[in-house]
Amino acid sequence: MNTEFRMPSLGADMESGVLLEWLVHPGDTVHKGDIVAVVDTAKAAVEVECFTSGVVTELLVEPGTRVPVGGPLAVISTTTGEQPHAAPTVAAPGVVTSPLVRHLADQLHVDTGTTPGTGVGGRITRADVIRQAEPVRISPRARRLAAERGVDLRTIGSTTPGRVITGDEVLAAADALGRPEHDAKGIDPQAMRNAIAQLMAKSKKEIPHYYLTEQIDMSTALAWLHEQNRALPVAQRILPAALLLRAVASACAEVPQLNGFWIDGSFVPAGGVHLGVAISLRGGGLVAPAIRDAGTLSAPELMAALRDLVSRTRAGRLRASEMSDPTITVSNLGDQGADSLLGVIYPPQVALVGFGRIAERPWASGGMLGVRPVVTASLAADHRATDGVTGALFLQAIARQLQLPEEK
Amino acid sequence: MRTTYREAVREAIREAMRADSRVFLMGEDVGRYGGAFGVSLGLLEEFGPDRIRDTPLSESAFTGAGIGAAIGGMRPIVEIMTVNFSLLALDQIMNNAATLRHMSNGQIGVPLVIRMTTGAGRQLAAQHSHSLEGWYSHIPGLRILAPATVADARGMLAPALADPDPVLIFEHGSLYNTEGELPESIPTCDISSAAIGRTGTDVTVITYGGTMPAVISAADELATLGISAEVVDLRVLRPLNDATIMQSVRKTHRAVVVDEGWRSGSLSAEVSARITEQAFFDLDAPVMRVCTEEVPIPYAKHLEEAALPRPERIVRTARELVGR
Amino acid sequence: MNESFELLRRMLLIRRFEERCAELYSSQEIRGFLHLYVGEEAVAVGVMAEFGPEDAIVSTYREHGHALARGVSPDAIMAEMFGKATGCSGGRGGSMHLFDASTRFYGGNAIVAGGLPLAVGLALADRMQGRPVVTACFFGDGAVAEGEFHESMNLAALWRLPVLFCCENNLYAMGTRIERTHAVTELAVRAAGYGMPAEVVDGMDVLAVREVTRKALKRIRSEAGPQFLELQTYRFRAHSMYDPDRYRDKAEIAEWKRRDPIDKLAATLRLPTEDISKLDTEITEVIDAAVAFARTASPENVDSLTRHVYSEVRR
Repeated sequence: MNTEFRMPSLGADMESGVLLEWLVHPGDTVHKGDIVAVVDTAKAAVEVECFTSGVVTELLVEPGTRVPVGGPLAVISTTTGEQPHAAPTVAAPGVVTSPLVRHLADQLHVDTGTTPGTGVGGRITRADVIRQAEPVRISPRARRLAAERGVDLRTIGSTTPGRVITGDEVLAAADALGRPEHDAKGIDPQAMRNAIAQLMAKSKKEIPHYYLTEQIDMSTALAWLHEQNRALPVAQRILPAALLLRAVASACAEVPQLNGFWIDGSFVPAGGVHLGVAISLRGGGLVAPAIRDAGTLSAPELMAALRDLVSRTRAGRLRASEMSDPTITVSNLGDQGADSLLGVIYPPQVALVGFGRIAERPWASGGMLGVRPVVTASLAADHRATDGVTGALFLQAIARQLQLPEEK
Repeated sequence: MRTTYREAVREAIREAMRADSRVFLMGEDVGRYGGAFGVSLGLLEEFGPDRIRDTPLSESAFTGAGIGAAIGGMRPIVEIMTVNFSLLALDQIMNNAATLRHMSNGQIGVPLVIRMTTGAGRQLAAQHSHSLEGWYSHIPGLRILAPATVADARGMLAPALADPDPVLIFEHGSLYNTEGELPESIPTCDISSAAIGRTGTDVTVITYGGTMPAVISAADELATLGISAEVVDLRVLRPLNDATIMQSVRKTHRAVVVDEGWRSGSLSAEVSARITEQAFFDLDAPVMRVCTEEVPIPYAKHLEEAALPRPERIVRTARELVGR
Repeated sequence: MNESFELLRRMLLIRRFEERCAELYSSQEIRGFLHLYVGEEAVAVGVMAEFGPEDAIVSTYREHGHALARGVSPDAIMAEMFGKATGCSGGRGGSMHLFDASTRFYGGNAIVAGGLPLAVGLALADRMQGRPVVTACFFGDGAVAEGEFHESMNLAALWRLPVLFCCENNLYAMGTRIERTHAVTELAVRAAGYGMPAEVVDGMDVLAVREVTRKALKRIRSEAGPQFLELQTYRFRAHSMYDPDRYRDKAEIAEWKRRDPIDKLAATLRLPTEDISKLDTEITEVIDAAVAFARTASPENVDSLTRHVYSEVRR
């Protein structure tokens, strides 16, 4: 049976993508989850994965071609009966006919669906099962390179005999994630501007926004941060942005009606809290990839995740899942910003939280007037999904969390 | 100029003796016989019996006498017929040549050159086939050279004689008849660095001395299989030139050490350990070794060949590492 | 008379120096192996008296006496045994490895017979460079059983090299008496096998030692080739500070002590007792000064541990 591998949707704003590079060739065996191509989404060069296992029988699109979301890119044969004319260079997953082999595979917990067969007609032999049962090993160089280049070793399938992942395979993966020439030809400022224009116009045209703001006293939060940072090396110091993100993640748990999507006329709550972080690119433009499961992260972990995401975004090395995942977006103009910002929601999300800069303000408390560091938090929300009362609860949850910085 | 390894060594001795009256050659059968391997043939006629000095079969005494003469201001070249007999002089080499400078707090140095033949491959059986240069490489105070090429056979002696410390030169018996090109004017030669015998990208094969021809032959075979092997010629076994080894391994990410010595407690073990210490995070595969089987070298041709690091074993090992 | 008094002074210096070493070893200021020369002083002093400053000396691990008789500074020797930077081997050699290039004193060799080939080579170098000098090579009766002895005797005789082989026969190879280690106990006859002239001399009589050395050197300098001396002597103390000396008869030791070379020379010279006491006092001052020098000297800096393995001057 043949399956088409199609241009994936890497975020709701994406209508088409440019295929930059194939990482597979006709005849290659691919497994579900393998990275098979690099696609330019007009925001970043993104690795894309396939969702079927099989043999690539045909590549339908040349690199450099723009393909609409859903357009076919390649054909993957999922059965061995329909081998392509060109013989595969790597054996396709084989078939098991021997009960003994099946028994052995069960014993060794080997998935025969992904085991190449070297026997007659692609049949899986005892030796194939034993080979497949060997753990994948990673060479010292591969480990080092993966750490240096931010490559997730789990995404690399070894093709080396003995199932050793080598440094060259990591380099290939790293190149696919963000090779300089991708930046050169991949991100076209005008294309990115166009993408933002279309998405924002669509948002303003379709989503009835309502806006709320809340001034929040940051003195407790900043004092706690100061204390934390004393023990940390400069490179690991936590910025206020991490606390703000944590407060939003916490509020999402408390008021889940704002964490999710407006799809086909109704609200669909998200499975987790994946905070989209608006990151401006050096060459102009904006992307908002996700910090996944932000609610489970401590402030230092959020800080590390944020640093990693910003550096990879600016190097054009984002993963596809990071582009398509966000369940709510946070925009923080920070030091350079304005007093407050009222954002435009990324469809199909239903809310965007904005933070202005933290600045000293006169602050009345308990009948006294003092000077406090204050931030203005804003909420832009989709009135189709929620009303202002819910939005207010959400902002109050953020404010409360920021008075309790030591709490997870 | 086309020349043999043997002629190259002889010319180097001749040149050194003409250049410096303190240089003399001493050893068993170096004079009238012309050297057990014909290296010193004709030198007696040119330099006379005082400077081409036949000795009794007294390895310890004439090696020790070389040490004493070096201390006394001469620049002796002691020829020990083969490494197998050098064991009779090991006390002098280790307890005197290697230690005197240190024991005397730098007062007394031993500017001595000891040349000897090493290795197997000529059906000479166990007592004439040892490769013990790795043992000598263990000893601080010595410099150990293993010329693999005609150029090094010709070039290494002069800097060895100029060295203020004892230098041992191991000439593999199977190399004497090998030929190579030498320029008319001999370029200066260093005795501190390893050399790249052949450049390559897929795997580094590290060797020295007598196994060089087998390694080159293996590299040719590997090339036909699409595997590009880089060959490192250690040249200097002590002190080892780590930088050249590591530079190559960092390029290819795979290494095979080929050594005619036995594997256990060997020079190949030392090289392998250094790679692991210094280039572990550049490796894509474990460092492998091709060494002599752990037997006294047998006489019969097929048995001897089976014991030694042959090109087939080097090719097989390199292919395993590269996975092709 | 003055010359003989000087021989006495040197022997007494060695005797007192060695006695002080034993004391310092007991108080743990000297460590390692310590082999003392007490009883054998006449050999080093008698032989060395005939050697000039250009001649070369190769010695054994029982070499304090040779070094002192050669004129190596007692301060530098004592500091060496204290392991100090100012020791004659920078603290790297210790008791068994005293070196002094300035007096051509080529050590302190702790491998029995290990120095013999070296002496042959030194003589070869001198001969090839036309220097009219001689190498004295000291070794014990134990060394005569080693292969290196025979190889070196043969080589020196074959090439007629200027070496004086000085066999200090103290009857014991460590703890084993000569009858149990040698098929032929007359060691001097071994030299005949190499056609080398040999003499046997009473090693407890410094004047006799000096006389036989003078004659041997004369033969060597007239290019008669190497000569062999068997110097019959005895160590009054054990082999080393580790040695409980269970293998020797007390009566034998007492018998040899009656032949003490210092007493013998003093008697010959008929010196008044007060002269000897005065000499002893002077020598004690020299040794006190050496100990003080050694105690106060700086130890070698550990940073220099790996120095002098290879030359620091590369040409």
